[in-house]
Amino acid sequence: MSTFRRQGEHCVATFAADEVRVLRKVASEVVGLLTDGFDHSDPVVARLFPDTYPESPEDSAEFRRYTEGDLKTSKIDQAGAVLAALPPASGGEVRLDSEAAEAWLRAINDARLAMGVRLNISADTDLGAELDDAVLHDPTSPRVFQLSVYAYLGYLQESLLRALIGDAH
Amino acid sequence: MPVADGAWVTIVWDDPVNLMSYVTWVFQKLFGYSHEKAEKLMLDVHHKGKAVVSSGARERMEHDASRLHAYGLWATVDRA
Repeated sequence: MSTFRRQGEHCVATFAADEVRVLRKVASEVVGLLTDGFDHSDPVVARLFPDTYPESPEDSAEFRRYTEGDLKTSKIDQAGAVLAALPPASGGEVRLDSEAAEAWLRAINDARLAMGVRLNISADTDLGAELDDAVLHDPTSPRVFQLSVYAYLGYLQESLLRALIGDAH
Repeated sequence: MPVADGAWVTIVWDDPVNLMSYVTWVFQKLFGYSHEKAEKLMLDVHHKGKAVVSSGARERMEHDASRLHAYGLWATVDRA
């Protein structure tokens, strides 16, 4: 797994081919979810665009009417920033200035939120135990792959955040 | 001081996905809070299920909630 490191003003990592493939896939899925597949009844969309007034559907709808377009655009843009900075399919270096690094952090977070909903991640979820369970059940199952990707994205997000802000807060 | 519309708050709710380090960073980034204050708020969210992260006029709270949504945090607005 790649780790981001700080190089002057940039956060830099070298991605293997399978990492490029995974990131392209998850970022594209987020874009798909926010464009053609946009559906308010999808729990993932509900999590990415939460009700601002949980006790007032009217106020939430009103707020959404004014803000949802911009929020959707910024989420599509940040997923696009991931796609734009990815190296070729064979792998290579990713070099992000601070603006791109922040877009990546938000985009990886959106992808993790989406996967978290689909995988039923809860406060009690022990990711390692879940993964062991899934592997024992069927090592070739989509759930094994999804859980691995989810864990990988968490690791990548943490490493990028560290590279961006350093150890001094 | 009596205010016609009263005071409002922005609340962030606990979430099983968001990384603790990321949530702390977002609070620092969006509100200019010190690391100590941001981390304490993050821990409040984590342990108590929610925390008030800003308070003031309704429009400002809606703006804060909107910015938090852009970072993937689960934020709502309520009367103080």
